[in-house]
Amino acid sequence: MPQPLEDQRTTVYKVDPEHPANPTLPTLRTEEMMLNMGPQHPSTHGVLKVVLALEGERIVKATPVMGFLHRGVEKLAEDGTYHQFIPHTDRLDYVCAMYNNFAYCRAVEKLLDLKVPPRAEYLRTIVAEVQRIIGHLFWLGTQALDIGAMTVFFYTFRDREILLDFFDELCGARLTTSWYRIGGVERDFTPDLVEKLRRFCDYFPPKLEEYVTFLNTNRIWLSRTKGVAVISAEDAVNFGLSGPTLRGSGVDYDLRKFEPYAAYGDCEWSVPVGKNGDTYDRYWVRVEEMRQSRNMVKQLLGKIPDGPVMADVPSVTLPPKDKVFNDLASMIQQFKLFSQGFQAPKGEIYCGTEAAKGELGFYIVSDGGGKPYRLKIRAPSFIHMGAFDFMARGYMIADIVTIFGTYDIVMGECDR
Amino acid sequence: MHPDAQKIQQAFPEAVQSAVEWRGDLTLHVKRDRLHAVCRYLHDDPGLDYDYIVHVSSVDWPDHPERFEVVYEFYSIRRKQRIRVKSGVPEDDCVADSMTDIWKGADFMEREVYDMMGIRFRNHPNLVRVLLPDDFPEGYPLRKDFPVRGKGWRDTFTFIGEKTG
Repeated sequence: MPQPLEDQRTTVYKVDPEHPANPTLPTLRTEEMMLNMGPQHPSTHGVLKVVLALEGERIVKATPVMGFLHRGVEKLAEDGTYHQFIPHTDRLDYVCAMYNNFAYCRAVEKLLDLKVPPRAEYLRTIVAEVQRIIGHLFWLGTQALDIGAMTVFFYTFRDREILLDFFDELCGARLTTSWYRIGGVERDFTPDLVEKLRRFCDYFPPKLEEYVTFLNTNRIWLSRTKGVAVISAEDAVNFGLSGPTLRGSGVDYDLRKFEPYAAYGDCEWSVPVGKNGDTYDRYWVRVEEMRQSRNMVKQLLGKIPDGPVMADVPSVTLPPKDKVFNDLASMIQQFKLFSQGFQAPKGEIYCGTEAAKGELGFYIVSDGGGKPYRLKIRAPSFIHMGAFDFMARGYMIADIVTIFGTYDIVMGECDR
Repeated sequence: MHPDAQKIQQAFPEAVQSAVEWRGDLTLHVKRDRLHAVCRYLHDDPGLDYDYIVHVSSVDWPDHPERFEVVYEFYSIRRKQRIRVKSGVPEDDCVADSMTDIWKGADFMEREVYDMMGIRFRNHPNLVRVLLPDDFPEGYPLRKDFPVRGKGWRDTFTFIGEKTG
């Protein structure tokens, strides 16, 4: 027989029965309050739950609760061949799938010591930078929407759509692309696609100026981003933050410059670095990165070298698609690679790539077999969540949306 | 031998078991009880200056006497140098020292290793599961003896609209 619950409510306001609209206020009782935010809150960018301890409206402690999107990707990697893991990487950071493919393929190529033909390197770099623009446009739109500036969202998503259509024509998918392959890329650019990108490069800069004008003249945007979620350079490095989140604090750590890969050494660009380490500086860094990416795409489009888009190492790389159904040797090669995979040499490597959100790294241990013995994904979103409590303490409850927006967090990558 | 490996070997002659350079990655194998001291040295020594923590990981080798391997990877932003430090952890005493007092970022990374592989970290401020649910009853999924399909916990769930009993 359940007992009736005791009434534990305590009276805070004593209402004067003669003047009900005019309560006499005794000393206010203060106590810490717990507030659950998410996992279905629209601005948690997926399924992140945050347990907030509040003192009034001030955050005393913010505990992120993660794992709602955990699919065991690292375990699945051990169960398939190296080629079969590429589609799984799309589902990590589903906003920037191309970059995940890129990071994974680079890691496997490092493990195999495989050289990619120059044309493929150029195409990879161009598409990766296009993906970075998409990622940052997505961030800009949603962050502005979360903070209360709705207009920018529609404009950035319009431009993002142009680039997604470009992906659609390139590989047949808008988000889960799987266009990169170990040793190259799946298919070449057509002249029409090159022309499309050229047009976008001319179209984009004035539009970006327009969005920046929207936001920089918006007092609400400025007051809600300046001085919010501040982290010093020293702390940011100590926490292992990366990407625009780290560069906003004034550290110029960018793997594209530090360990130049693909075609990043062949074009002129600079690493934008913030000063104050607040949300506004990270916003500035991302906008500046979009400009740099657009310049890189424009430069690289002008000098794509001729040649194959896939390395020719029959034991590892896939044969061209048009040959698979007409040429017996190619068909056998394709069949063997997908049913058995290739034998990677015994050893372990770590390969980090500068994705839109930060350093996306793959640590692969190979025991000499056809499957990765252990594959660890260094996901920037997960590591950024480690600094969440540190960065959120002391801010108001209204800032919490800004604070997890500031990392550009995607839960698919965070939970894996 | 890599100059960094040489320097560490001189500072800790009894701790460093091997130093391998493969595909441009430098890997140090360190005794477990000296791992924290070596990492402290990597971080604090101005000539090494490994200030950035890249990732913490773990590998399961069921046939080895020291079944698990805990792997730390550090980067020096000033020197643009990367290093991997690892040490073996036996199954019956599945504990390693936590690096949270040196790199604050190690907090979540070590929690993930605990969650997935079951390696406990001494002096960790909050060593609880991070990705899996707190009441996950099946153990540690990234161990090699854990089946890919899980151990059947999921089959006991009832879903909305599903007949029970």
